[in-house]
Amino acid sequence: MNYLVVLIPVALLLGLVGLGAFFWSLRSGQYEDLDGAAERILLDDEDKPRK
Amino acid sequence: MTCCAPADARLEFEPPSPIAPEEILLSSRDLGDGMRQTDLSVPGVHCGACIAAVEKALRGLDGVADARVNLSTRRVAVRWKADGSKVPDMIGALARIGYPAHLHSFKADESDPQLSRLLKALALAGFCAMNIMLLSVSVWFGADAGTRQAFHIISAILALPAVVYSGGIFYASAWSALRHGRTNMDVPISIGVTLAFGLSLYDTMLGSEHAYFDAATTLLFFLLIGRTLDHVMRERARSAVSGLARLAPAGATIVDADGTRRYVPLASVEPGALVFVAPGERIAVDGIVETGRSDLDRSLVSGESAPAPTYPGGEVQAGLLNLTGPLTIRATSRAENSFLAQMVRLMEAAEGGRARYRRLADRAAALYSPVVHSLAALAFAGWFVATGDVHLSITIAISVLIITCPCALGLAVPIVQVMAARRLFERGIMVRDGSGLERLAEIDAVLFDKTGVLTLGQPRLTNADSIPRSALSIAAALAAGSRHPAARAIAAAAGRAPLVMLEDIREEPGVGLEGRAGSDIYRLGRPEWALREKADDGSEEGTIVVLSKNGARLATFEIEDCMRPGAAEAVRQLAGRGLPVEIVSGDRAPAVARLADELGIEHWQASLLPSGKLARIRELGEQDRRVLMVGDGLNDAPALAAAHVSMAPATAADIGRNAADFVFLHEHLSAVSTAFDIARKAGRLIRENFALAIVYNALAVPIAVAGWVTPLIAAIAMSLSSVLVVANAMRLRLPAAPRPRALAGRPARGRPAAVAAR
Repeated sequence: MNYLVVLIPVALLLGLVGLGAFFWSLRSGQYEDLDGAAERILLDDEDKPRK
Repeated sequence: MTCCAPADARLEFEPPSPIAPEEILLSSRDLGDGMRQTDLSVPGVHCGACIAAVEKALRGLDGVADARVNLSTRRVAVRWKADGSKVPDMIGALARIGYPAHLHSFKADESDPQLSRLLKALALAGFCAMNIMLLSVSVWFGADAGTRQAFHIISAILALPAVVYSGGIFYASAWSALRHGRTNMDVPISIGVTLAFGLSLYDTMLGSEHAYFDAATTLLFFLLIGRTLDHVMRERARSAVSGLARLAPAGATIVDADGTRRYVPLASVEPGALVFVAPGERIAVDGIVETGRSDLDRSLVSGESAPAPTYPGGEVQAGLLNLTGPLTIRATSRAENSFLAQMVRLMEAAEGGRARYRRLADRAAALYSPVVHSLAALAFAGWFVATGDVHLSITIAISVLIITCPCALGLAVPIVQVMAARRLFERGIMVRDGSGLERLAEIDAVLFDKTGVLTLGQPRLTNADSIPRSALSIAAALAAGSRHPAARAIAAAAGRAPLVMLEDIREEPGVGLEGRAGSDIYRLGRPEWALREKADDGSEEGTIVVLSKNGARLATFEIEDCMRPGAAEAVRQLAGRGLPVEIVSGDRAPAVARLADELGIEHWQASLLPSGKLARIRELGEQDRRVLMVGDGLNDAPALAAAHVSMAPATAADIGRNAADFVFLHEHLSAVSTAFDIARKAGRLIRENFALAIVYNALAVPIAVAGWVTPLIAAIAMSLSSVLVVANAMRLRLPAAPRPRALAGRPARGRPAAVAAR
């Protein structure tokens, strides 16, 4: 029983981090052009994101 | 790097009209710091190489800070530094590398708040449902009382945000339905979810054995998946077809009393103002021609296939395309009273099938919710009479509601429609509204517009084989610079043959082109103008154009608006499915009669006004017929809105595309019968799914009423029914029909070549 007291909050926390990461990526527009993202990986001149 | 923009495929299409820098400035968005953003619609972009080419070309321009292509929406956002009135020539730069671009107005589409709301709700529901399920599994497999109680409390805490935030989407829709005295599928969903949560919370506080947090959140998660897919599909169709061809420019060039010209927004053009229209521009307001002669392309406005000449004193409507000569027009009405605006009003008044139609899911919900709710009430009454235990009776009544909660029913319709939309998308047909699929399955008559639907609306040279090569290249040299459809057809037919050098080429608006080689004068145009002696050509067979040398005939060109590929096939297939086909056209009777004869269509009407098309649909409606209208022009828009269901090609006028339920991207007209077949199949699958849901309920309700439902049974029963319904929807396939030629290559993502036109 004791180990649950640690493990369950840890599991939930990790899940929350994942959820937070999703919300962040949604807000920063990473889902706006899924087709383009799939093709851009083939371009060789783009090393860093443009601001 | 190979670039995939095939320049040759575009030769026959109209080059994008020159867009005034003022118009770009007017439609751009101020980002502050002197930076402005302009959105261009570039339909030709369709792969990684295109992205690189377009972005490189734009970033190389003076003043452009950044350019970013969005491949999903085929748009490019350009940020540039405003330097006085100097505007980088973005459209020109793109045209030079073979990508025609159009201005995209910001008003048409802002970012989509509904989608991000759905995605957030979905993510939250998924997170909560999965963690609760994890805890529930250990409860089901016999956790001891203390652990179970702790898990239930954690589950309750996790479920709360999901029920409040993710469920909010369903509560809002259920509430708006109830407020208008209707009921939809969201009503039983909302009741089921909130009651399940409330009961579980109460039981958790009492420390009892069962809690339904997993059922409530999983239900929300599944239903939100369906809802999000549905939304994404519709958005995709909307953004892919919107903003390509703008019929009305954002502004007009006004000539002041002292002769100066300035470019003003459309709203500030007053009646009586003099408006200048360059060749290649669309006329912005209704008016009367003051000076100038030209040819006007009326195909989108009235459905007439041949361009009409115009002279001083002639009336012109907003939306007509000025082809050959500059015109000065005296505006007769404000922009909001123009022909274009009248069409919009006629269309709103005509809202027919769509407004009256109730979606299948809502009709099912209207039957379903009273039955389920009275069953639950009966279960409560029965158990109360039998045992006198209020808590037990309420528990059983709520478990009836939970187990019948329309998980399968809620997925039954959207999942089939999403599958159907995907199948259609693969064949280049966009579905703008899920209920359009339901309505399409019910039709029993088809009306076609002629110009732009049964024909391509792009004249072609039909007798190219019988014209001597030398004459063709002289004609092409004359025609190369003109925007007249007949000239463009000749130029396209000549292809890349070396052009003859001619001097002093000039266009005589309304009659033809003239050029000089040494002392010889060549003329290409109407026979009575090009030839010295009277000619007798009988012009009812399409358009006749003559090439003459010093007044003597060199060659005769027959130019016709070609039939759309697959038109005959589509008409035959529709007739074979027992659907009567008719033509309603704004074009002249001989042209319509000839086409109807070729296609074997008995019923046709010609020279119809927009209200005439509307009247025909009403007439059929009174005979209890459900009409599919296929049209493209501005003049079809009211009919498209009034018909039970409607379809438009991607080359249609903006307003026509917005009025249609389906938009097809490829030239091939077999799209109409394909869409009909898929809609029929989808309708059958939806009914099967309803049957599955009913069978499931017939099995589950007795178990619930008997009081045997535990959270484990509820979870298994609900997932099983949902999986069954989804699996059934996956069966939606079409027999491997022979692929139309226009579809070869990359059907789902292939660049819609036809979209590039206009």
